[in-house]
Amino acid sequence: MFEPQIMCFLCKWCTSSAADMAGTSRIHYAPNNINMRVMCSSRVDPQHILYAFKEGADGVFLGGCHPGDCHYVEGNYKTLRRIALFKIMLKDLGIDPKRLRLEWISAAEGKKYAETMNEFTEQIRALGPLHLNEKALVQEVVKDE
Amino acid sequence: MTTKPKLKEKRIGLFVCHCGVNIAGVVDVGKVAEQLKDTPGVSFSTDYVYMCSDPGQQMIIDTIKEKHLDGIIVAACSPTLHEKTFQEAARLAGLNPYQIEIANIREQDSWVHTDKEKATKKAVKIVKSHVAKARQNENLDPIKVDVNRRALIIGGGVSGLQAAMDIADHGYEVILVEKNPSIGGKMIQLSETFPTLDCSQCILTPKMVEVSRHPRIKLLTYHEVDSISGFVGNFKVRIKKRPRYVDETLCNLCGECEKVCPQVVPDEFNMGLSFRKAIYLPFPQAIPGTYTLDAENCLGLNPVRCGKCKDVCDKKAIDYDMKETITEEEVGAVVVATGYDLYTMQALGEYGGEKYDDVVNGLEFERILSASGPTGGEIRRPSDGKVPRSIVFVQCSGSRDSEKHLPYCSKICCMYTAKHAMMYRHRVPDGQATVFYIDVRTGGKSFDEFYMRTVEEDKVLYIRGKVSKIFKEGDKLIVWGVDTLTGKKVEIEADMVVLAMAMVKADGVQDLLKKLKIATDIHGFLAEAHPKLRPVESLNAGFYLAGCAHGPKDIPETVAQASAAAAKVGDLFAQKELVHEPTVVPVNDELCSGCGICLTMCPYTARTLDPARGVVVVNEILCEGCGACAAACPSGAAQQRNQTDDQIFSMLRAMLRD
Repeated sequence: MFEPQIMCFLCKWCTSSAADMAGTSRIHYAPNNINMRVMCSSRVDPQHILYAFKEGADGVFLGGCHPGDCHYVEGNYKTLRRIALFKIMLKDLGIDPKRLRLEWISAAEGKKYAETMNEFTEQIRALGPLHLNEKALVQEVVKDE
Repeated sequence: MTTKPKLKEKRIGLFVCHCGVNIAGVVDVGKVAEQLKDTPGVSFSTDYVYMCSDPGQQMIIDTIKEKHLDGIIVAACSPTLHEKTFQEAARLAGLNPYQIEIANIREQDSWVHTDKEKATKKAVKIVKSHVAKARQNENLDPIKVDVNRRALIIGGGVSGLQAAMDIADHGYEVILVEKNPSIGGKMIQLSETFPTLDCSQCILTPKMVEVSRHPRIKLLTYHEVDSISGFVGNFKVRIKKRPRYVDETLCNLCGECEKVCPQVVPDEFNMGLSFRKAIYLPFPQAIPGTYTLDAENCLGLNPVRCGKCKDVCDKKAIDYDMKETITEEEVGAVVVATGYDLYTMQALGEYGGEKYDDVVNGLEFERILSASGPTGGEIRRPSDGKVPRSIVFVQCSGSRDSEKHLPYCSKICCMYTAKHAMMYRHRVPDGQATVFYIDVRTGGKSFDEFYMRTVEEDKVLYIRGKVSKIFKEGDKLIVWGVDTLTGKKVEIEADMVVLAMAMVKADGVQDLLKKLKIATDIHGFLAEAHPKLRPVESLNAGFYLAGCAHGPKDIPETVAQASAAAAKVGDLFAQKELVHEPTVVPVNDELCSGCGICLTMCPYTARTLDPARGVVVVNEILCEGCGACAAACPSGAAQQRNQTDDQIFSMLRAMLRD
């Protein structure tokens, strides 16, 4: 069975704490993800996401605080806008935008984090490997919704 | 690419924790340590049962010294738990604490996975990514700045007074700036206060006197804050002194000037319900106790001089040639207590407040109720001075109407309307008091009991519904409304109508707030740094909020918030120097093109464009290190310390390759 690699960028204040919470609550989930803790979801540059795909990630997950809860007031709104635009670009680059997922998960939502990881892993498993690192410019055929 | 000085290879020590069986039960910790021992940069690798234990920490300290390590990875639990512990251990060993990396292989690995092989593989990747990052970590020192231990309070209402008193009592100097001739704010205009019916003036005037006599409070009335520059702990304030044309040190309140002044104008203190002269004392207990000459209405300042007041002033206190002056003060913290205003009568045209004298707002009715008011506390209507036999009170005038007016609840109106109706029934026992309401909200200590007393003992009629129109017929006001409990239209003949107008942002200070770049919410009230955890701090470091400038609230809440703001100022002033995390986002001058994109990203105004050099400069003490600017910078000039783009790319490589 194809085991996708999922790169997660987690905001320190909410989603990374949610991931910790999932651990403290011993909620088991698929081990396909690997996390990078950033200060705020708005620290994540689309370049980082693209680079993750290039280095072998089959899916990229971005987690931030719920709207209105950002530790830095409005970082998550900046992320929301960036990602909306970047998804359009991804499609043009031949990467299925479904491979990138943005979620608001608060520090109290350990369960939601675990469930999201399982769900996203399955979603990426269904999409199959990206292999952007191997096929460089061979584009994925992206079907319209 | 960003600047990447070629450093000699680091000597990184890797310490993998078993955490008993918490990690070792799932992750093969020995294998992690073994597999990574030859990773570039790693010169020492081991595992141990409890890294956080004293022997564990001692092992780290000893190894740093013995092996001359200049970077440490502790693969253990979440950094929220023991990052500080290991930073301290590093410091004891003479290593910069910012060379410590915590790899979370417990909460985000061993505790959430059961497949040992996969969990171990994942742990290796996690640790490897931190090695990649640690290779590029720099030594950092906390940013430190001095604190000027003086506070500026903007606004001399009850919140400003309370904050000033508290900060001064903490032992710090305070400058209190009030734009009106006297301190006291809106509270001094109120009659009784709910739910205890204390006389507002009786409880506020002692506080006003105390503030004016406090040795550490510099009271600047009839002054306005012109601008504030600088940053937390180090503000420079320009304060404008409006000319009073009366020397407050000479005026002895004899009142001769007022007697001879020929100019009669509406009295602001009585909400225009009575008149004052152009030279006036706002109210008898005004502080400072001095007359003020209102230049807009005075004849003496015009070319054809009147000069009557100057002629009669024995003390020679009046000087028509006073000019506006500017003074500068240096402070470390600012409490913004600029208060509120009421929604205007114009905005609610259907209630006729502009056309009919007998439709008044809550504050006007306070003056009518007040013993120091235009009627000496007797309830008489403004148009003809008759005692009203029927008064209709309209709650939520402008509040809680997201379609036409303001969506929020003004919070205090339910209670003061109950008080108004009660006071009216006490003073006009045969009068009919009717209240229109949407809901009656009485959340507060002894509030509901007060409301029930209004209904049950004082027989005030409460009708659930809104008023659609108020118009005049003869000398009566006709109030059209609906009773939503019976679904019937209601028409009431009233002698007077009191509108519980919504509280809105203070009109006169908006320019100042814009200039200060203080964050506000969509209604123009000041925004707190966090709605739950930092309710009295502004997002702008060094600014604190108090009172209704922050949103509608009653007197006890205002006082509590002012004291809390003062305590926060005390926290700031108690520090020897301000210490700030150094993991901020500076600018590389050579790469910065001065496009200014990062300025729009920063919620803290930490970044400014230096027009002379065409590059962005960063005030590191204001930067909170979120990194939004680093992600937006098109040239890579903005790089977060110890989380540069290079470091992120290296981590991604370490995590995802093979």
